[in-house]
Amino acid sequence: MFDALFGRLTWDDLKPLELLHSQSINTLVGAGAALAAVIAAIAVVVLLTVTRRWTWLFKEWLTSVDHKKIGIMYIVLGFVMMARGIFEGVAMRTHQATAYQGGVLSAEHWAELFSTHGTIMIFFVAMPFITGFMNYLIPLQIGARDMAFPVLNLISLALTATGAALLMISLVIGKFETGGWTAYPPFTGADFDPGPGPDYWVWAIVISGFGSMFSGLNFAVTIYKMRAPGMKYLRMPVFTWTALCTSILLVFALPPLTIAGLMQALDRYLDFHFFTNDLGGNMMNYANLFWMFGHPEVYILILPAYGIFSELTTTFAAKPLYGYTSLVIATMSIAVVSFCVWLHHFFTMGQSPSINAAFGIATAVIAIPTGVKVYVWMATLWGGRIRFTTPMVYMVGFFILFTIGGFSGIILANPAINWQVHNTQFIVAHFHNVLLPGLIFGIFAGIHIWFPKAFGFRLHETAGKITACLWIVGFCMTFLPLYVVGLLGYPRRSAAYDDPAFIPYMIVTMLGAFVLLSAFVGLIATLWISIRKRDELAVPLGDPWDGRTLEWATPSPPPHWNFAVIPHISSRDAFVREKSEGKPYVLPEEYVDIHMPSNTWAGIVVLVTTTALGFALTWWIWWLAILSFVVLFLWFAADSFREHRGEIIPASTVRTAHQAWIEAVELSEPITRDDEDTPANRGYAKTDIVIAS
Amino acid sequence: MSEQGTNPHPGMNLGYDGGEKAAEVTIFGFWTFLMSDLVTFGLVFAVFGTMTGATAGGPGPEEVTDLRSIAIQTALLLGSSFAFSWASLSMKYHGGRLHMLGFLALAATSALGFLIFELIDLLHLVEIGAVPQRSGYLSALWALVCLHGLHVAGGLLWMGGMTLQILLFGLTDQIKSRVTRMGLYWHFLDIVWVGIFSMVYLAGVA
Repeated sequence: MFDALFGRLTWDDLKPLELLHSQSINTLVGAGAALAAVIAAIAVVVLLTVTRRWTWLFKEWLTSVDHKKIGIMYIVLGFVMMARGIFEGVAMRTHQATAYQGGVLSAEHWAELFSTHGTIMIFFVAMPFITGFMNYLIPLQIGARDMAFPVLNLISLALTATGAALLMISLVIGKFETGGWTAYPPFTGADFDPGPGPDYWVWAIVISGFGSMFSGLNFAVTIYKMRAPGMKYLRMPVFTWTALCTSILLVFALPPLTIAGLMQALDRYLDFHFFTNDLGGNMMNYANLFWMFGHPEVYILILPAYGIFSELTTTFAAKPLYGYTSLVIATMSIAVVSFCVWLHHFFTMGQSPSINAAFGIATAVIAIPTGVKVYVWMATLWGGRIRFTTPMVYMVGFFILFTIGGFSGIILANPAINWQVHNTQFIVAHFHNVLLPGLIFGIFAGIHIWFPKAFGFRLHETAGKITACLWIVGFCMTFLPLYVVGLLGYPRRSAAYDDPAFIPYMIVTMLGAFVLLSAFVGLIATLWISIRKRDELAVPLGDPWDGRTLEWATPSPPPHWNFAVIPHISSRDAFVREKSEGKPYVLPEEYVDIHMPSNTWAGIVVLVTTTALGFALTWWIWWLAILSFVVLFLWFAADSFREHRGEIIPASTVRTAHQAWIEAVELSEPITRDDEDTPANRGYAKTDIVIAS
Repeated sequence: MSEQGTNPHPGMNLGYDGGEKAAEVTIFGFWTFLMSDLVTFGLVFAVFGTMTGATAGGPGPEEVTDLRSIAIQTALLLGSSFAFSWASLSMKYHGGRLHMLGFLALAATSALGFLIFELIDLLHLVEIGAVPQRSGYLSALWALVCLHGLHVAGGLLWMGGMTLQILLFGLTDQIKSRVTRMGLYWHFLDIVWVGIFSMVYLAGVA
């Protein structure tokens, strides 16, 4: 009876209760984190109740299908998960500093930490960040009012949030798996780990994987079919190009992950033999499937960051992008070649030398388009009138550090060298070196650029610059020493080491981790200071950086419908052309009613049912699994019988809002780029950019 | 402006009020989904391909293949697809909703027959001990066949829902777009079956 109701869940699985049995540092860290998560969740609930924000939360956010709000929710989700990921990083580096013949944490706890850290940072920090940016920017940049499938967009968010929720639940109830973010069977198979750790991993990854696939589909269709009249492919902003390539990668690269996860589930739950040691199972299938996803995933993450850096250089150098077409071709090449390199993640796992050589060459080849990009950005900055804003600080860090990371990647592309350093801290240094200065710096630079678009006020420059420097210094201290200890032979993922030569490096690394933690606090401080000073930082007119693309031709924040009238595009950098020809901010001859999709509970339904489903499957609570699946199915079946009229925004409302904005622009003084970080910047740029032809 | 020139989906008869524009986006989206689903099937095929020898001393292709039953299943599923194309044509030429539903019912019955024969086959496999727990080969076989079978079963549920909607709302633009997507899905499953039929069963006993 009890088993039928709660599956294999028992009181002992509640992690905060461990504190009653043992007060060692190891339990304090684990149970303390669980307790902190519970307290934080309760605090949010209390705060929402006290400030009476529940209705607002549901009406304005959780049921909204506005791509801008969904994008912001993705980024908020990313930051919440990042807080946990960073604390885990600090815990791990502290452990390593003490890991000479021991360490403060148990080996089991350590393994759990590097598994959750990797899973969270890739799937629930990096992915939500880039998906959030693509959500926010794609329709605005291509002159559309929303995504092709707004409700599916909300469902994707819900599925991603479900994965994140399962990760957070695993912190409090039961434990996570210990096989790293790649979760290789048979180590994560039922024989070696009956659960629930690998089950949490499987369902978090499979469910959120569907969300990512749907996001990719949605973005690709939006870019292919919803562009404003005249926006040919080679007139699209570069960020949109990178988003398109990422979307294509998402559509094709997520199925291998889903398949690998589901086969792993069949092995674990129904005793199949896909990846087991006995009866014909073959774990190499898992390694291949996982990395057929895993390597494109690297480019899924980095391409939008490249897009952000491209927009950044051209905006803050006040110059057209040098080599637009090369950049587009480079992006597409990366997208294609990224499917031909997956094997370099396991050169040592028994293929013939010729296969290794082929994948090694492909891996080295993919560096060429990436190199093209770096030269494109340099040439764009060359001779430009550069303003050294916060995004430029990140750009400088990116330029130098990412290039180092790229070079270490080329070193690793050589199978003979790879054989020597595989599975050492050298690898850890390499992928942090491309993901942190590449992806994360791009995201933070992007937040500084587009935050004023989304919220109507700029982020504080000085605070932003200090934070950016902290990220750069923190990164160098934490990860560059790992190259050295890697070459000295320190295996990654090992809970302890025997060579005292590592100790000084690991102490520097630990200090670096604390600098990174302070950089994260710096982000929060920047936000706090900016909110306090939001009046003097306000840029309601919408164009604080003398922007080039269509999103800057809207007020900040943009109205629900984005554009009062759909713009007609005649060239690249559409908004700059309007400004240089002296005719931005014109009133259209007539306004028409705008049809927008209405709010829906689909997201909440998906979030609740799939979280229940994942939790129930993890803990073998079969009745709940069936119930949640049936509810999910019936809700959508019933919903397909309802007519979705959407809502009509009357032309008069659009006219009032649009005219008020144009009037405000006309009443204010345009400011030059030199004054853009002063309170005089209200978002009306005085451009001196001249466009030839 | 001529209908042929600008209407990408003339088979749906959506008229001139701009309905095709919305339908085009939805149907293109569904094509994208099918591409992704095809990758999924392709990967399961690939895994099956690597595991054909992994019988671990258990039943192999000869024991699990009953070509007579497979031939009947193939005929039923291809017949179902054929019937569906008549339903689409009926929709295109305004055959009336009962006319169209007749063909849809034929398609559904035929597919149901396919599923029943498949189920009988699978039960037979259980009888002779060719369960997926026996070997890697059988795991891959069951996963591939059942993934396709579940797709067909899902399609049947979809057909049931659509029948209800056609009866309730008639052939509105929305419904026509859904039927068109269902057709794409249905023919897609046929193509996948041709792969299973030839790569799993025919190649298995060849």
